[in-house]
Amino acid sequence: MRVTADLDLCQGHAVCAVEAPDVFAYDKDEDKVRILDERPAEFRRDAVRNAVKYCPTRALSLDDGTENTG
Amino acid sequence: MLRLVGEIRQGRGIGYPGAELAAARGACYGGQMSRQLSGGALDAIPEVSRVHPDDPHGHLRELRTDPIGLLRRVRAECGDIGRFRLADREVALVSGARLNEAFFRAPDEVLDQGEAYPFMTPVFGQGVIFDATPERRREMLKSSALRGEQMRGHAATIEAEVDRMVAHWGEAGEIDLLDWFAELTIYTTSACLVGQPFREELDARFARLYHDLERGTDALAYVDPYADIESFRRRDQARLALVDLVQDIMNRRRARGKVPRDERDLLDVLMSLHGEDGTPQFSADQITGIFISMMFAGHHTSSGTAAWALIELMRHPAVLRDVVAELDALYADGSSVSFQALRSIPVLESVLKETLRLHPPLILLLRVAMQDIRFDEFVVPAGTMVGATPRVSNRIAEDFPDPETFDPGRYLDPRQEDLINRWTWIPFGAGRHRCVGSAFAMMQLKAIFSVLLRDYEFTMAQPAESYRDDCSKMVIQLEQPCRARYRRRARR
Repeated sequence: MRVTADLDLCQGHAVCAVEAPDVFAYDKDEDKVRILDERPAEFRRDAVRNAVKYCPTRALSLDDGTENTG
Repeated sequence: MLRLVGEIRQGRGIGYPGAELAAARGACYGGQMSRQLSGGALDAIPEVSRVHPDDPHGHLRELRTDPIGLLRRVRAECGDIGRFRLADREVALVSGARLNEAFFRAPDEVLDQGEAYPFMTPVFGQGVIFDATPERRREMLKSSALRGEQMRGHAATIEAEVDRMVAHWGEAGEIDLLDWFAELTIYTTSACLVGQPFREELDARFARLYHDLERGTDALAYVDPYADIESFRRRDQARLALVDLVQDIMNRRRARGKVPRDERDLLDVLMSLHGEDGTPQFSADQITGIFISMMFAGHHTSSGTAAWALIELMRHPAVLRDVVAELDALYADGSSVSFQALRSIPVLESVLKETLRLHPPLILLLRVAMQDIRFDEFVVPAGTMVGATPRVSNRIAEDFPDPETFDPGRYLDPRQEDLINRWTWIPFGAGRHRCVGSAFAMMQLKAIFSVLLRDYEFTMAQPAESYRDDCSKMVIQLEQPCRARYRRRARR
């Protein structure tokens, strides 16, 4: 499981940092997401999926071979 | 709210951040287009045919009468990129995932939003400054009314406003969907964005005047935003009448004197600001302009989507039954709307998404090319307008099988057609200018239908196919009549 952020799209809503605070942080200076853990442990899968799903700008993606949410 | 006020005090941006139409800058339109290039690169882009070959303004008459027909024909005749002409401006229109992505990813230095909507300037007013960068505007909004932690309070506010609107409904009756949802969303947006005390000063009069503003968005503004036509005259009268209403409210507040800090709304805060010479910083005209612009992005969009969602539910009784069953189960334990509206309501959400796909409130998103920009083998020269079209992209058959069919099942696992088609499922736009109010909008729609469908059942009061949009203005609204019948549900 690998997470990536498209910084062209991120508007810094920080929803991901609420959903999965161990994986995503809000970088105040850049007003963008900062990924803390590119390869999060399996037990964080649900939280990471929620972060991807609820990102207001669809800037996050989760790649583990089964996701097709782009 | 404090940061927002800080921005205003410094005379910086007060637009409704990130919102498409409200991103228009007041009063500064005009200069940019004069350096439009001619010939060369632009000629290589295919031009769409003309329905009115005698129109001296190119495709303007068609945009003012049948914009959807024009936008669809561009894709049908020209493919992913084609062009049409609005008076002395060329518009390059893109569609399809690849070129939409290029459009939505382009930074503001390349594709600028601020000067693309000249019809908004007279609505907001000349005296108001809208020159914050999109980044600043976005930050202002996130740090004020649309912050995540404010949402629960907003949901409770919306629930209360729906309850007030239905309080005098009785057992059964009929409503006009345009008038009813437009009035409701005036109350919800003013209560959530300006504050409850200001909302308490408003009645249906404010909603009617606001409607005249929205109707004053004829594309003729691309020729002259102050042309002598009926809808522009009504727009300007409505704005003056709104200023009078706000002035009256301000006079009453001055007479009343100060209120405790925690009872103040944005109007009190704006009235409390003074310049260095001790005079009030903002006139009633300027404050009205601020409020108009703050409310604009969230009003006609939410109002129209709520009305269309109800129409589609009435047209599809089986889907309506599923939604009602879902809501009944969800609220069976007596949980509150303000709690549930922030959470997942999958069937209702899929209905709202499908409504947004088929009836996007904005059918044409526009930018101005600030420098040459390449789309495939074509170079769009600086000065050209560039557009993307939710109405056409949302119905591309390759991405949305059977695209004309209302099918909420598109959004359920594993199809998830909104997520898979991130560059063509674009009712909220996409990329760096994607609507920052989308979470608020979905919450509001969920709250509205949680209340309405809990207490009432709805049926069409006219033939199913007779509900349609009036597309003669850039702000699209339901065409009247658009009536529905309600009946109170039997107590469960």
